Amino acid sequence: MRAAVASGLRGVWWYLREVSGETAYERHVARHRVEHPDHPPPTRREFERARQDRADARPQQRCC
Amino acid sequence: MTTSYRSTPPSPDSPEPPRSRPSALSIGIWILVAVVGAVCWGVVALVRDEHISAVWLLGAALGSYAIAYRFYARWISRKVLGADDTRATPAERLENDLDYQVTDRRVLYGHHFAAIAGAGPLVGPVLAAQMGYLPGTMWIIVGVIFAGAVQDMIVLFFSMRRDGKSIGQMAREEIGPVGGAAALIGVMAIMIILLAVLALVVVNAMAASPWATFSIAMTIPIAFFMGFYLRTLRPGQVMETTVIGVALLLLALVAGGWVEDSSWAEAFTLSPETLVFCLIVYGFVASVLPVWMLLAPRDYLSTFMKIGTIALLAVGIVLARPVMENAAVTDFATNGEGPVFAGALFPFVFITIACGALSGFHALIASGTTPKMIEKESQIRMIGYGGMLAESFVAVCAIICASIIDPGLYYAMNMPAGALGATLQSASDAVASIGFTVTPDQLQAAATAVEEDTLVARTGGAPTLAVGMSAIFSDAFGGGGQAFWYHFAIMFEALFILTTVDAGTRVGRFMLQDMLGNVYKPMGDVSWKPGVYVTSAIVVAGWGYFLYAGVTDPLGGINQLFPLFGIANQLLAAIALTVVTTLMIKHGKLKWAWVPGIPLAWDAAVTLTASWQKVFSDDPILGFFAQRERFSDAIAAGEVLPPATNMDDMHQVVTNTTVDGILAAFFAILVVVVLADAARVCIRTLRAGGEAETTEVPYVRSEIVAPSGLIPTKEEKRAMASAASGGDDGGDRR
Repeated sequence: MRAAVASGLRGVWWYLREVSGETAYERHVARHRVEHPDHPPPTRREFERARQDRADARPQQRCC
Repeated sequence: MTTSYRSTPPSPDSPEPPRSRPSALSIGIWILVAVVGAVCWGVVALVRDEHISAVWLLGAALGSYAIAYRFYARWISRKVLGADDTRATPAERLENDLDYQVTDRRVLYGHHFAAIAGAGPLVGPVLAAQMGYLPGTMWIIVGVIFAGAVQDMIVLFFSMRRDGKSIGQMAREEIGPVGGAAALIGVMAIMIILLAVLALVVVNAMAASPWATFSIAMTIPIAFFMGFYLRTLRPGQVMETTVIGVALLLLALVAGGWVEDSSWAEAFTLSPETLVFCLIVYGFVASVLPVWMLLAPRDYLSTFMKIGTIALLAVGIVLARPVMENAAVTDFATNGEGPVFAGALFPFVFITIACGALSGFHALIASGTTPKMIEKESQIRMIGYGGMLAESFVAVCAIICASIIDPGLYYAMNMPAGALGATLQSASDAVASIGFTVTPDQLQAAATAVEEDTLVARTGGAPTLAVGMSAIFSDAFGGGGQAFWYHFAIMFEALFILTTVDAGTRVGRFMLQDMLGNVYKPMGDVSWKPGVYVTSAIVVAGWGYFLYAGVTDPLGGINQLFPLFGIANQLLAAIALTVVTTLMIKHGKLKWAWVPGIPLAWDAAVTLTASWQKVFSDDPILGFFAQRERFSDAIAAGEVLPPATNMDDMHQVVTNTTVDGILAAFFAILVVVVLADAARVCIRTLRAGGEAETTEVPYVRSEIVAPSGLIPTKEEKRAMASAASGGDDGGDRR
């Protein structure tokens, strides 16, 4: 029972982090390691900044 | 993710996976769902002369959704569209960490729902409740199953097969330059009206309410704080920032109550005209500033508030089991003389419900970011169809909220201010004149319960919804607190309407820059400051004009503009359905073209009838030009007609009705142009043998193994396990 609740809560946390885009950096680093193993990945600050600035040119449409 | 692709010849004819026979258990469960749904429908439709519980409506809705999702949607996805999980999606083929990103289906569902859900399904059903709860509920449920969800899923499918092209691009490439241009202009014009009407809802909710104005104003500094926190202090820590933001938001909400009782109250008691000015400035600033400062953090807040509140509302309805006070069908459904919006059930209930049953705007989302992130083709059912079912469920909750409050209070809140007069007595008399009763004391008591000065003529739908929600919440969760819940509901709606207004202004600016860039190159550069300022100003001026006209309209802005918004949204749906029906025919699927074709025929009939009546009806309460003639004749005779109180009002009515009438005609003409152009393409295709070249991207085999629906089936689990043991991480990342 306790294990089920714990795994449920872990699932919710996983979901919230994924939906909010918090995991984008982790994903990027993993991909970067495979594709450019000889370059260091960007720091979190650099990555998030670049991501935010890109979002400027791509506004997410919100509906009625 | 894999980076090399094995190209194989086009997919075999039957992309369907081998089917296992349904188990006896599954057959039993689906029979049970069908029976429960049918019983709920029976109670909703047949019980008369006594008030039924709102839970029956929820049961009818959920039972119908389950059956439609399991059977109709799956059939469309497999048979009609031929969604093929061996075919790589654009996210897999073009993955670039930017637009194209393979995304877990459950996460993408969240993104897609957050993008499509807004104030429309909350406001429309509240207004449609004037015809009783039955017509609205029936259209919300039947409409979503056969029209709205079908549109969203098919648009998503065709866009996905074209690397995520927008509906405008598809119209241009698959129909032609004329149809494409008409679709593009339609999208732009419709967006302007949409933003104006949504902003009008917020203005009506905030006007003369210091509590609401204070708490909503505070969302701006809170968003700034969150933006800077995420940018400089804790880059990327979205959850942490959102938790802080929500806490501050609730504090602002409680503080609103203190402000109302303090000497600050006066500073936050603003007239509608002042609020319009504030919103216009805000919209301009939000469109010009970088998104991380204001727009992105607001979006986090509003998304979490939106989903949390809707979930809370569904739980609240089940716990409180409120009783429907509204009639199942009112006389206004047939006589067309309803005070909230004019016109009879056909076509106006379908226009007014708008977003909860069929929303053209969703076609923009379903052909925007979502198709670029989808992992497997068959997931269009869960995301496209399932996302729209959730939106429809929101609309059912909204019609319940509007129908559990006393009908007398409902009309006192939603009739035009001019008809209700200045006092509680005159409002009570006005309500009595249309056959309902509410005493001045009851009106006062209702306002006092939610700590507002008055609830009379609080049009726009948001306050009505908030009264209904506060009754449900305070009943379900005990402890009263009606005033808190009322302002909570207002804040929740205002928050995501404002998010739509600033995101919409920005999207509108990008569209305009894109269009003007064809004429004068630098305009197309989205970082060229003069271009940014000029186009932002044009977009803001566009919706600002309608907002101001709506706020000052003597006939009641929402009463005049909401039908225009509904028509615009449904006409956009007609454009989207036309594009996908044409595509079905070009793909040689004439046999199945009725799947989007029937909703298209229905939607075209509804909206063109409504536009026709709005333009040509001789009845001055229905037709814009008849209304105009009546007022201009009176001006010529030197008379002032109520609800206008002076000559300026009279001239304003003439101006507004002229603009509204021209717009209604203009929208209808755009759609007729698209329909005619599409018919030309379809006929040409059929004459040439029934198939034509399209812009569909050729088949590439997929390397990803992932489930199709929410819960993986046994076979899918096995396939994922074997893919994972093969050393490939292309499976479900959890």
